[in-house]
Amino acid sequence: MSGTNTSMSRAEILGNIRTGLNRNQDDSQRQQTVANRLATKADNLIPGRAQLPFTEQVALFKAMTDEALAELIELDSIEQVPQACTDWLSNHGIKQLISASDTELTALDWSPLDQQQITRTERVAQAGDTASLTSSFAGIAETGTIMLHSGSQSPTTLNFLPDNHLVILRRSTIVGVYEEAWKKTREKYSNSMPRTVNMITGPSRSADIEQKLQMGAHGPKNLVILFIND
Amino acid sequence: MQINTPFFKQRAHDALADENLQKALGNLKAGFPEKRAIAVDRMPEFEELRNQGRDLKNHILEHLDLYIEQFESKVIENGGQVHWARTAEDANQIILDLCKQVDAKTVTKGKSMVTEEIGLNDFLEANGVQPVETDLGEYILQLREDHPSHIIAPAIHLNLEDVSEAFHEHHKRPKSDDPAVLMQEAREVLRDKFVAADVGITGANFCVAETGSTIIVTNEGNGDLTQTLPKTHIVVTSIEKVVPTLEDMTLFLRLLARSATGQEFTVYNTLSTGPRREGDQDGPENFHVVLVDNGRSEMVGSEFQDMLRCIRCSACMNHCPVYGAVGGHSYGWVYPGPMGSVLTPQMIGIEKGGMLPNASTFCGKCESVCPVKIPLPKLMRHWREDEFQKHLQPKAARYGLAGWAFMAKRPALYKPYARMASWFMKRLAGKKGRIKKLPLAGGWTDWRDMPAPQGTTFMKAWKEQQKNGEQP
Repeated sequence: MSGTNTSMSRAEILGNIRTGLNRNQDDSQRQQTVANRLATKADNLIPGRAQLPFTEQVALFKAMTDEALAELIELDSIEQVPQACTDWLSNHGIKQLISASDTELTALDWSPLDQQQITRTERVAQAGDTASLTSSFAGIAETGTIMLHSGSQSPTTLNFLPDNHLVILRRSTIVGVYEEAWKKTREKYSNSMPRTVNMITGPSRSADIEQKLQMGAHGPKNLVILFIND
Repeated sequence: MQINTPFFKQRAHDALADENLQKALGNLKAGFPEKRAIAVDRMPEFEELRNQGRDLKNHILEHLDLYIEQFESKVIENGGQVHWARTAEDANQIILDLCKQVDAKTVTKGKSMVTEEIGLNDFLEANGVQPVETDLGEYILQLREDHPSHIIAPAIHLNLEDVSEAFHEHHKRPKSDDPAVLMQEAREVLRDKFVAADVGITGANFCVAETGSTIIVTNEGNGDLTQTLPKTHIVVTSIEKVVPTLEDMTLFLRLLARSATGQEFTVYNTLSTGPRREGDQDGPENFHVVLVDNGRSEMVGSEFQDMLRCIRCSACMNHCPVYGAVGGHSYGWVYPGPMGSVLTPQMIGIEKGGMLPNASTFCGKCESVCPVKIPLPKLMRHWREDEFQKHLQPKAARYGLAGWAFMAKRPALYKPYARMASWFMKRLAGKKGRIKKLPLAGGWTDWRDMPAPQGTTFMKAWKEQQKNGEQP
């Protein structure tokens, strides 16, 4: 690297910290403390709000998504998704659906879209896209938050670039608090992480002009949760 | 950024007389404190979360070197690179070099106070790379060649009219005074910039040692477009942002949104762990983390270590009567309000930043709302002591204090003078008990009346209480 020596900076920064902490000698106990904390992954205080029976967690999730100004459409099964998408898109005069390509989605019968001349394309998002459809990993009752993981079949741009984001959420994936979602993530990725984890709570907004809230800043103007009662 | 901290007095004076600024600041006072109070009410465990937040930060700082090393090794394990920058200059050079590696012409930026601190935009521009701010508030400021006056609501000092003017001039579209129309305009203009950018630069609210992830927290979604679309994502962050685990990060996320905007949760909380993976259809091909020190490592083990707990929520300035009266620009550098008054002297030197720890009434509101319970008034007092010991205060203040100390240590002198001053002030105040003009106290009486002392002197009241056996 020209002009700067980051390894020298590194040594100086760590040296300063160690000097400040008076720890230039035996460090084994501190190292053990750190190793323990990283291995235990202990919970801190978990608020009582979402420590509820499952049905009440589901009710809390719905109430919190409503507060976050997301739209929630309840469906009996995943098979109803194509019709629900068709209805929502045609109500909003949208003729395009950019879709993630996971097997859950591709396996569905998409013929309802054809009747309304809506095209469905599986690709990453581009500027100008009006609507996207993705799956999701979990719903978090505490704040009505949806967790999404990036992957080869679930490009991240679909969550941000299109004007409207339709997202499928299965009732069975609702958890009470963020911590439960982290535990499920670790299980799925064997203690690693997907490249991107998105926690999304309602549509994009900004209050940067005179502290007055406006919806639809840079991300989706509408977040539509297709809630599968599985 | 130019340092104007030595002119705090004049700038504060001008700010108080600036009608537009006062109007804009009215939005702050009515907004954030009330929203925070509601959010705190809805979370009965909030006080205990604050205690845990404080304790966890203290634990992290006691093991800071080890957690940073762990974070670094995890970033590398996930295919990213970590660059260490001792100074602002080092950080700027590293970032420029990374931009040049990919022949970057434009760089989109998410909101980042660390990049303000190191003066990144000016440096990139001077070296042929065009930075584009994408947070709505920061974008407005960039068009106006202005700087943030608040760490989470950067354009809080502006009114609708200012935004409307700036957009009309730069976007060449019909002028609008509808905030919704203005935001839509920014959305459309910035869409192309997001897609065209070669590099995306964001900050990080936290760096997770367990996983090597960085997290950004935004309401607009601009940070996500910034870091997902370009080929290279550079995270510019500082060494104290590291947290041990995802659970530990979660504790701070619960505190952050509520303390900052009074939201239950910020709209987008996004973790980034390394570059694009095999089979991924989008996401950056290069993932860099620039760890900035810029004076922080010297704070470890010093009387200012507590300041490193700060999670940049802005609650202290939102509730500060001084900030609310004079606005962020009066402070004259990047970080305003109580947290800025502690941090700024550390970063630019007490010689230049000495005015700021004095710009406080020590009312203690900042500490009472701080999510990690930083004793901000105490830390400002440390700076005042430091300033006094280095003989940096104005002569009038030094001699005044010395004179007062001389008297205070000699009760036989002090008592009669206190009685006399009290009598004199009462006479001056007349029947209403308010003094309109007081010699040597123009800084007070120019703006409001000085209440005259009530009743007797403190010493006399004390004596009588002791005699009557009352509790003081």
